[in-house]
Amino acid sequence: MPATALFLLFFALPVCHALYLSLRRVEVKGLGLGSGAREEVWAGLSNYTDALTDSELVAGALRVLGYGLIVVPTMLGLALVFALMLDADRVRGRSFTRLAIFLPYAVPGVIAALLWGFLYLPDISPFHHVLRELGLPEPDLLDGGPLYVALANIAVWGGTGFNMIVIYTALRAIPAEVYEAARLDGCSQLQIALRIKIPMVAPSLVLTFFFSVIATLQVFSEPTTLKPLTNSVPTTWSPLMKVYEDAFVRNDIHTAAATAVVIAAVTLVLSFGFLRIAGSRTRQGETR
Amino acid sequence: MTATLSAPLPPTPRAPRRIAALPTAALFLGALYCLLPVAWVLIAATKSGRELFSTFTFLPGTGFTENLADLSAYRDGVYWQWMGNSALYAGLGALLSTAVSALAGYALAVYRFRGREAVFNVLLTGVLMPPVILAVPQYLLLAEANLTDTHLSVLLPSILSPYGVYLARVYASAAVPKDVVEAGRTDGSGEWRIFRSLALPMMLPGLVTVFLFQFVAIWNNFLLPYIMLGDDEKFPVTLGLFTLLQQGASSPALYTLVITGALLAIVPLIVLFLVIQRFWSLDLLSGAVKS
Repeated sequence: MPATALFLLFFALPVCHALYLSLRRVEVKGLGLGSGAREEVWAGLSNYTDALTDSELVAGALRVLGYGLIVVPTMLGLALVFALMLDADRVRGRSFTRLAIFLPYAVPGVIAALLWGFLYLPDISPFHHVLRELGLPEPDLLDGGPLYVALANIAVWGGTGFNMIVIYTALRAIPAEVYEAARLDGCSQLQIALRIKIPMVAPSLVLTFFFSVIATLQVFSEPTTLKPLTNSVPTTWSPLMKVYEDAFVRNDIHTAAATAVVIAAVTLVLSFGFLRIAGSRTRQGETR
Repeated sequence: MTATLSAPLPPTPRAPRRIAALPTAALFLGALYCLLPVAWVLIAATKSGRELFSTFTFLPGTGFTENLADLSAYRDGVYWQWMGNSALYAGLGALLSTAVSALAGYALAVYRFRGREAVFNVLLTGVLMPPVILAVPQYLLLAEANLTDTHLSVLLPSILSPYGVYLARVYASAAVPKDVVEAGRTDGSGEWRIFRSLALPMMLPGLVTVFLFQFVAIWNNFLLPYIMLGDDEKFPVTLGLFTLLQQGASSPALYTLVITGALLAIVPLIVLFLVIQRFWSLDLLSGAVKS
């Protein structure tokens, strides 16, 4: 069929382009080749050893790990709870609350960080205002330990609604007979939630977990946005920020590229490892 | 076998004997948390620069029209240019991306050809590969083509979205019956015609989702324009506000502009959401886990 070839071309071309890009990236950093008037020599793996032994990168990775340990469980826990509540019987205001909780998804990460950033500023924040009125100590949300919470809060705010919708959709797909049977067996709402609903939406939990981890690995815009409001976010707070710093501020494309490859590799290894575990656990034979 | 792809129905109005207080309260608390910053920016945008720091946070101020005028006047209305750029990047980018996704998804769902699985696996890798990681090589590539710091440098990388293709494929295989394609062929229609007049209308609800998804993704994108663009007349609104905030750190008078700008930047998206949320088939987003 001529059309098949056309479609293939239409599709294969961008993919090849993507492949070309990916090869190119490896080449640029792996071989140390690049454009420019500077003389460039074979670098071997030295960019990688540099990147991997860079204390700033390690520190950034640890920061993101700590951040992820707060974000992922909180966000998914809230998403699951809200989804279960939405799905519970005799709940009021369902469509309003669903929409309200989903709404932050429409707010760009930069703007979300900006809004919360202002809400964290002691001079403006209502939280500080209330604490001051009550005579309680006011923690500086933009420094030290609270900074992690402050950043995590932005991610939780932006992501809970989306994950809630994914889980809620899966809940709605559970056939009613299952509940009938459970009720006849004398299960309470709570038991139904714990023993039936949660196990049956496990695949969507896996999926949302997976997306959240990937999103966490690439956190960039939120800490970058908060940077102007405080002195305690270094330019290399997250690994991706380090890539940016190396490539465009320090003009060291090669180290930046090596770091980017390391991040991509970690992401892919995590992803595929994760898919494999998830695949063997849920035994779904489709789409792969 | 096939997944239900209709939007979740609104709860059927049955006479409730009693409201489940705890879940309802939890949901309203969640809604409050999610609406808080939006409510804040709505109020803060009405405050003049002095009021912002002196009056209670949730007390409306008197400076909204003034703030609006200041924002519009800032550097000869560069803010509205940012909004226009965002609309261009997100609108055109999402449209092109949807078209490509539709074609590719349809081809992957309907045709059996050699290497289809390979193509699909590459695609899956693309979904897993965070697009932001690609930004640096993309920059290098576009720099070589002398395209950096142009509108194209933001638009072009947005067009191919592996996730969009993936969604389109899931949707095409659920919404376009094989029999219809077969019937079209027996009637002697060309493949292109089958796609355009038979498959495309069937895929339309799914494609609306793909479009909206892409629109939001491009509108929200920060890293790509941050890397690609140097000339602030080409900035999208996210990047523009970021630079404004950066300057605001040294002169807090700009804070009111940032706040007003942030409000105006989220209004279109929220309106868009409220208007078309009924067309969203959100369950498509979880298409990967259909049972």
